[in-house]
Amino acid sequence: MIQTTEIIETLSFFDCWEDRYRYMIELGKELPAMDNDLKTQDKLVPGCQSRVWIDWKNINGLLHFEVDSDALIVKGLLALVMAAYQDKSANDIIEFDIQNYFEQLDLIKHLSPTRGNGLQAMIGKIQGAARQMLD
Amino acid sequence: MSNLNKQAPDNHPTRHFRSLDIEKIRADFPILAQKVNGHELIYFDNAATSQKPLSVIKAVDTYYQSSNSNVHRGAHYLSDQATQQFEQARQKVQAYINAANREEVIWTRGTTEAINLVAQTWGRQNIKADDEIILSSLEHHSNIVPWQMLAEEKKAHIRVINIDADGQLDLSHFESLLCDKTKLVSVGHVSNALGVTNPIQDIIKLAHQQGAKVLIDGAQAMAHSSVDVQQLDCDFYAFSGHKMFAPMGIGVLYGKSELLNSMPPWQGGGEMIEKVSFDKTTFNQIPYKFEAGTPNVSGAIGIATAIDYLAQFNSDDIAAYEQQLLNYATQALLKIEGLVIEGNCPNKVAVISFNIVGCHGQDLGMLLDQQGVALRTGHHCAMPLMQCLGINGTVRVSFSFYNNQQEIDQFVQALIKAKSMLV
Repeated sequence: MIQTTEIIETLSFFDCWEDRYRYMIELGKELPAMDNDLKTQDKLVPGCQSRVWIDWKNINGLLHFEVDSDALIVKGLLALVMAAYQDKSANDIIEFDIQNYFEQLDLIKHLSPTRGNGLQAMIGKIQGAARQMLD
Repeated sequence: MSNLNKQAPDNHPTRHFRSLDIEKIRADFPILAQKVNGHELIYFDNAATSQKPLSVIKAVDTYYQSSNSNVHRGAHYLSDQATQQFEQARQKVQAYINAANREEVIWTRGTTEAINLVAQTWGRQNIKADDEIILSSLEHHSNIVPWQMLAEEKKAHIRVINIDADGQLDLSHFESLLCDKTKLVSVGHVSNALGVTNPIQDIIKLAHQQGAKVLIDGAQAMAHSSVDVQQLDCDFYAFSGHKMFAPMGIGVLYGKSELLNSMPPWQGGGEMIEKVSFDKTTFNQIPYKFEAGTPNVSGAIGIATAIDYLAQFNSDDIAAYEQQLLNYATQALLKIEGLVIEGNCPNKVAVISFNIVGCHGQDLGMLLDQQGVALRTGHHCAMPLMQCLGINGTVRVSFSFYNNQQEIDQFVQALIKAKSMLV
């Protein structure tokens, strides 16, 4: 699983938008696809223009996510988010400074949560899962 | 601009129109001269909102700098100025759409509020259990949801006109839906998602033969054509300022005066009353009966200025030019392998809705934005239409007469690049 530091470093290395987006698309393509049977209505994240599915389970006290999207760049965004959250404890997920992470990823214009890319909703769903596990 | 019924004052045979010099026209719209993500802005999202000419921006500015005051209230100079400009704007709209009198022009926040006004007043007064309201598969959510809310309250039913594969309304299906239960037909003049122009003249005639009232959602038509509500004989016509080069937050509901007079008020407040006491309140006359609270005076002035701006040009010239852009872009886009245009019928305004096999619209939209192209992706607030077409959404480009062929060429190149990055 790719680390957040590696993503930040790689993105800062590119000096044109095309390379950054190609990288995002690559990240999206590399993200393991979700089993089609798992893509049920209740896994859909509301508030996204493309369809985004997030499922999670508790594996030995760590949250393991299965995620997917029908849009490639959004899948790349999911890969960025997964680098931060995959197989972490609920406490780690809640404590992770996602804002700071995105500020460091600022090279990608669409990371702004106001852009309607559903990023805010995805993070909300993941943090919600972590809170649910702590309850 | 297919439905041209321009009224006399602006279309007098001897009238000298401003020529359609696109470069000069572009210079009237200051927002167009900017770079987005390092590229010249290509604004192809005109169906979402049009840009504003400097004259409109200045008119709003001048109002606040020199005339701002509350209307119909104060016994002072500024209030008189503001009231005069506000009411002149109403007359300007009346003349532009050829309403029989000024009282038939009700200011609203936009098309959505205008439709809700009719649903909540005429609708609640006239729709009973088992009555039927006919809409079409092409409608924007604003022309669906207010009627669903009404139908639910009144235990009435919504009936939907089918479309064919090209997005054209099936008139014979419409005729088959009309019956003595039909109380209202509410359809768009032009589809926001596909750009298809509907045969509203026929729809109005057929509905009236059945004794039903007709509301036309004109939000997408006003930037492309002038409208003559008397010739159309529609009962209501709703439109927004911001899609026809005027500011946001102002719109118009046209209604036949006998209907407006018979309708109960909707929102209560100042201006809409005649006399208020705790025992009984009586209401003002139309149009004020439907204009509770302080209105959007600068918006009304903005819409009047936008009408003046449009009236400089021969609307036939604008229509012909927009069709030229539409044809040029359609030909160029169809050369891209895997590109499918939705609603590819002949009777369209300058809107193209498409998909590319193997590419998600949102991905294309993001990659085009990086190249300075502003367009819309998704369901365009017409989810039932998307279901009907069996798709999740489209990429939509919508042109205005300030767009040019060079922009289309650049857009097509940007689209080819975006596609190459995704497949």
